[in-house]
Amino acid sequence: MADRVQIAAKAAELDTLTSSPASDIIRQGPTKRSKAETRFKLYGLIAIIISLGFLAVMVTSIVVRGTGAFTQSFITLEMEIPADVDPENINATNWRGVMNRSLRAQFPDVKGRSDRRSLTRMLSSTGEFTVRDAVAADPSLIGMTANISVRASSDIDMLIKGNVDLNLPQGQRRVSDQQVAWLEQLRDAGAVETRFNEKFFTGGDSREPEQAGIWGAVVGSFLSLLVCFALSFPLGTMAAVYLEEFAPKGRISQIIEVNINNLAAVPSIVFGLLGLAIFLNFFELPRSTPLVGGMVLALMTLPTIIIASRASLRAVPPSIREAAYGLGASKVQTTFHHVVPLAIPGMLTGSIIGMAQALGETAPLLMIGMVAFIVDIPQGITDAATALPVQIFLWADAPDRGFLEKTSAAIMVLLGFLIIMNLVAIILRKKLEVRW
Amino acid sequence: MTLATETPPVTMAKDAGPSIVRSSSRAVVFDRLVRTVLIACSLVAVLTTIGIVASLLFESLRFFQRIPITDFLFGLQWSPQTALRADQVGSSGAFGAVPLITGTLLISAIALTVAAPLGLLSAVYLAEYASEKARGIIKPLIELLAGIPTVVYGFFAALIVAPMLRGGGDSVGFDISSESALAAGVTMGIMIIPLVSSLSDDVINAVPRSLREASYGLGATQSETIRQVVLPAAIPGIAGSMLLAASRAIGETMIVVMAAGLAANLTANPFEAVTTVTVQIVTLLTGDQEFDSAKTLSAFALGLLLFVITLVLNVIALKIVEHYKEQYD
Repeated sequence: MADRVQIAAKAAELDTLTSSPASDIIRQGPTKRSKAETRFKLYGLIAIIISLGFLAVMVTSIVVRGTGAFTQSFITLEMEIPADVDPENINATNWRGVMNRSLRAQFPDVKGRSDRRSLTRMLSSTGEFTVRDAVAADPSLIGMTANISVRASSDIDMLIKGNVDLNLPQGQRRVSDQQVAWLEQLRDAGAVETRFNEKFFTGGDSREPEQAGIWGAVVGSFLSLLVCFALSFPLGTMAAVYLEEFAPKGRISQIIEVNINNLAAVPSIVFGLLGLAIFLNFFELPRSTPLVGGMVLALMTLPTIIIASRASLRAVPPSIREAAYGLGASKVQTTFHHVVPLAIPGMLTGSIIGMAQALGETAPLLMIGMVAFIVDIPQGITDAATALPVQIFLWADAPDRGFLEKTSAAIMVLLGFLIIMNLVAIILRKKLEVRW
Repeated sequence: MTLATETPPVTMAKDAGPSIVRSSSRAVVFDRLVRTVLIACSLVAVLTTIGIVASLLFESLRFFQRIPITDFLFGLQWSPQTALRADQVGSSGAFGAVPLITGTLLISAIALTVAAPLGLLSAVYLAEYASEKARGIIKPLIELLAGIPTVVYGFFAALIVAPMLRGGGDSVGFDISSESALAAGVTMGIMIIPLVSSLSDDVINAVPRSLREASYGLGATQSETIRQVVLPAAIPGIAGSMLLAASRAIGETMIVVMAAGLAANLTANPFEAVTTVTVQIVTLLTGDQEFDSAKTLSAFALGLLLFVITLVLNVIALKIVEHYKEQYD
């Protein structure tokens, strides 16, 4: 009705227009309408530009912030290794003392407890282990003087990377003017250098940003995905085979189908609650482990895999099945010898995409306790572990400025994995897909 | 497909010698076994749903034994911190879910305000104006937004969007909280743009060509056709896709956990901090927990609430979309 009223109004408008000279309409009408046309097209373009602009801003801001984490500042000091170090019992030596003494030797005029403390704070608190390990690796150093590089503390590392605003009053930044001056001296002595931070890729989590790495989280994610794939791939593909090839078209298969569609839209955190109530509290499986994480993720990715697998089974032409029946194959033989092998590439592609989703999932893992602070690299699926996105969440929450770049760098690694998985899926599809 | 289901599996072996008969009877057993395994696999999906409903219901019922369900659904106060000792002040805690629901709806509404025009206009451009080549490039790029993990959006919201809004607010004299609903909502909006645009794209493409051609034939321009013919015809489908997007926004967790607040404020002001159902579930269940306190159990009641809301939205949305598609088939 409303449309009709509009049309009537338009017609009335046109009537008034026709009473004016015809040349006017020809001149005015089309330009006005073509302007509206251009404007509308522009709106669409602007919407796309804004959406992609968000993507660009997000990715660049993360890359800009994160690249710093791939390098780390080291301070090389001349250390006197005491002669009484026992190589059999290397932990008995006070390595922190050895490290701190060598730094104080560089600045003999620094007196007073608090000044000395602020001096030694320039070195990573984990530096003592670096010294210990260096001596353990080369016992001939005992009783000698050796140049050993230790990590700068995170605050100093930030200063060296230029992330500290020195124009701020001293009380508002984490580095004092004194420390800036000492760093200058060390720099002049050639003791400061920036190296590739291999620890970021090989280490576990740490309270100290300069020492923290993502390997523990990567292994945790990998183990969870392994469990997830081992469960969801067979379950998902077989369910798809049943629904597509065997299920009688009736109420039951319809219920299952509706069920799967709705399951795909259940918020991921609800799967976490399921895991907490059933896997942890009812079956009493170990908390915080990739085993339970993988099981929860498997239930979450199941709908994705089932839907993708059904689509790829549906793409296999009926002629294949008929040819198999014609040669006397049974239903099961037809399905598993002829139909499924042809559908496997599509099933795999769908599963890889499902795995990529699972890799980025955080919320359900929080529910089953994979948020604990874990330093050790997990050795198996029943070890307490965390996952890459959870590690990002934990670091994003940490107040230390040094964790900011670690968070961004961990995001870059996560996005890298996701890109690789999606590329593999695309290549697999291109290579193996059969066009009928 | 129909032919395949009509073909009887094992019949021709009857006349062909005893050995084949035996092997075929073994084949029958094998056949049954395979079918059973396959049925079992597809029942896992059903079992998952049953598991979700059962576990949520069971724990929620335990919660409602302590806190009346009416207090939970209509209470205006949410402060689940139960005291350690019984004689402390406020030892019982308050479990009114209304501020959480309004907070969730506020953030989701902001998200949809961002995503609906951007997603819809992008979809219109892609479906009606873009060349095949441009579409091939732009569409996957927009889909990329959907592939980025939500924890990344959360980090982006907390680190960049929130300070930016706060700074912008300061410069015009607005006081915007650093955990404002706006920051979380806008970021969530970006996240659901691809969902809205790809669903709307499908819907717009489903509008039959004849309608467009009739409109062109009457002398309408392309934009007039889109605005006055295609979009009105696609309205039900678009509404369905918006509902799906809303359900996604309501269930979203990481963005709000990282960028929204913890305090349950009953407000409709997007510049203030609000909390959501999902944020509270995460806060209640991470860290140490005793499984018998009302505090922990309330997370399951919230989970049930979330499950029911999203399920209802999904069912309605899928119904609408299905009905709409049938209309033009």
